[in-house]
Amino acid sequence: MKSLQELEAIRNKTLSQIDIRKKSEGTRIVVGMATCGIAAGARPVLTALVEEVAKRNLSDVTVSQTGCIGACRLEPMVEVYTPGKDKVTYVKVSPDMVGRIVAEHIVNGNPVTEYTIGYHEENTK
Amino acid sequence: MDIFRSHVLVCGGTGCTSSDSPKIIDKFNEEVSKAGLDKEVKVVRTGCFGLCEAGPVVIVYPEGSFYSHVKVSDVPEIVSEHLLKGRIVQRLLYQGDQKDVEMSLDNIGFYKKQKRVALRNCGVIDPERIEEYIAFDGYKALGTCLTEYTPQQVIDIIKESGLRGRGGGGFPTGLKWQFCANEKNDQKYVICNADEGDPGAFMDRSVLEGDPHAVLEAMAIAGYAIGANMGYIYVRAEYPIAVKRLEIAIDQAREAGLLGKDIFGTGFEFDIDIRLGAGAFVCGEEMALIASIEGHRGEPTPKPPFPAQKGLFGKPTIINNVETFANVPQIILNGSEWFSSMGTEKSNGTKVFALGGKINNTGLVEIPMGTTLREIIYEIGGGIPGGKEFKAAQTGGPSGGCIPASHLDTPIDYDSLTAIGSMMGSGGLIVMDEDNCMVDVARFFLDFTVDESCGKCPPCRIGTKRMLDILERIVAGQGQDGDIEKLEQLGENIKNAALCGLGKTAPNPVLSTIKYFRDEYEAHIYDKKCPAGHCKALLNYVIDKSKCIGCSACAKVCPTGAITGKIKEPFEIDQSKCIKCGACITKCKFGAIEKK
Repeated sequence: MKSLQELEAIRNKTLSQIDIRKKSEGTRIVVGMATCGIAAGARPVLTALVEEVAKRNLSDVTVSQTGCIGACRLEPMVEVYTPGKDKVTYVKVSPDMVGRIVAEHIVNGNPVTEYTIGYHEENTK
Repeated sequence: MDIFRSHVLVCGGTGCTSSDSPKIIDKFNEEVSKAGLDKEVKVVRTGCFGLCEAGPVVIVYPEGSFYSHVKVSDVPEIVSEHLLKGRIVQRLLYQGDQKDVEMSLDNIGFYKKQKRVALRNCGVIDPERIEEYIAFDGYKALGTCLTEYTPQQVIDIIKESGLRGRGGGGFPTGLKWQFCANEKNDQKYVICNADEGDPGAFMDRSVLEGDPHAVLEAMAIAGYAIGANMGYIYVRAEYPIAVKRLEIAIDQAREAGLLGKDIFGTGFEFDIDIRLGAGAFVCGEEMALIASIEGHRGEPTPKPPFPAQKGLFGKPTIINNVETFANVPQIILNGSEWFSSMGTEKSNGTKVFALGGKINNTGLVEIPMGTTLREIIYEIGGGIPGGKEFKAAQTGGPSGGCIPASHLDTPIDYDSLTAIGSMMGSGGLIVMDEDNCMVDVARFFLDFTVDESCGKCPPCRIGTKRMLDILERIVAGQGQDGDIEKLEQLGENIKNAALCGLGKTAPNPVLSTIKYFRDEYEAHIYDKKCPAGHCKALLNYVIDKSKCIGCSACAKVCPTGAITGKIKEPFEIDQSKCIKCGACITKCKFGAIEKK
């Protein structure tokens, strides 16, 4: 070990691997992973979310799972909880939608309206 | 880089290890890979979580779900339900005294009142990976000291923080470092005292098992502050997991260049070696410990000279306890004011206690100084099992004293505990209820010190033995008038005349129980009764004829055939044959047998 910078580099590299164990006050992304969700393809969505969050080094964002959200016909579903804001529910999510959700919603704070449950219900009647 | 969406932390402390946590880890790895989750879920073995009562303990992040009493057979369910489908397994969640099942460990009563400084990484990081320690700001304090502070500045920070020795004595750490730094010598040493010997105490073991790098880092900081380049950790050979993790940690630190030559490119050199103790209690005394490292018989020598002037191999040496060291990096990182803002006026920071005895949440707790005994026992410890009455708490192990119920609201700090005749000690806290006989408790601790006395000075070698003789005859029902006074006189003399801390404090358990429970001593001596119903020689087992239905269950289980009678008529115990084993009491379904 020759310098504090070198130590900091190791710290940052490892921190991204283990910071889910720290208390997080930040955004929580939850994927519905009950039988219905898994059958509809929630697993690749979950993996894509984990990878995307890691790629962007978003340290205050956690990705976790939940059971059946209730609207099984709309799975895979992803819900985003941001402190102080309303929960946003995305439906029929596929891995290629994940990039936009993370970039526009998680990073910039603008929910992707056309992926949300409200938009879906309005436009599929 | 591998990113895992979920971490399964399994306790690898000694407590959980002995209740099969290694098998649970293996099973998790097996099940996780069977479910195809091995790229997503990481299984980590950590140090002690503290709530040993609930072990084996498993925590799943990011949810922070706290599973208790986990069995190998529960693992497939946790994997298929929680890790695969995100459904927390409610039936395995720790419940404690709450009505609702708590999902997260931060909300559990046991953790709510705690403030974790020395234990901050225990149960959070993998102690066998230096990277995880570094990720939680490890070695940053050492780097900061070496590159930004002079040795004197480091000592000043520790002095201002008000950190006092956590091994029990409570000597100001900064002052100790200053004395040693002031000595001019070509060689100085840093010693970590990990010879934890109090019955029921396991704070140091848990720190070494759960966060070994914190101790190494602090020792290097101490070395820089006083001008030493070599450190020794004196640890009991009875702590195999702690020793193994220390060895791994030292190797990793050397490889990373955090021990050895030219640390952080500053030219500072420091290395650490482990010395195993053979388990003699007296070797926790600093002069005896030094003698033991030197290869001599572990016996204390008179002070002065103090180790800071003439210690290991005759060179200036500082000796600090494991927990003291574990606080040091945090003080450097957060500043002395942060540390001194916790605790009471003369006792700053936090203290770790090993909670044991008649208490629901057996385990390891860290609380700010000044927390009351009542808060520890009833709020963190969850109270006394079976709704029994609190009688006393024993702090400081064989050197400490018993604190009665009337002092439950005493704030825990060095000076308050000394004022009521006990002491902080290293942190063992044994809770006793109405079934504990205080005379026998005193006898137990004295029996321990008589065994562990090194025999060098007569007050300790002969005096404690004589005290034990008196106590043994009291519990055997042969106490004589004047015994209490003799114990008091002997105790005071030993305290004044013994050579080292072991002897000076050995009479404490006796003197404090006499002070607060004199009536129990008197009952033993004059009435030949043990009020707690504990001392066998002073009690008889008697069958209550109105309750006995004559089922003969007691007679069948009696090993000496002392119980006789006719079926469906009250039975009787022949006192001359009864050996007072208690087998009949456990067997009787009608509560008809009493100890009198």
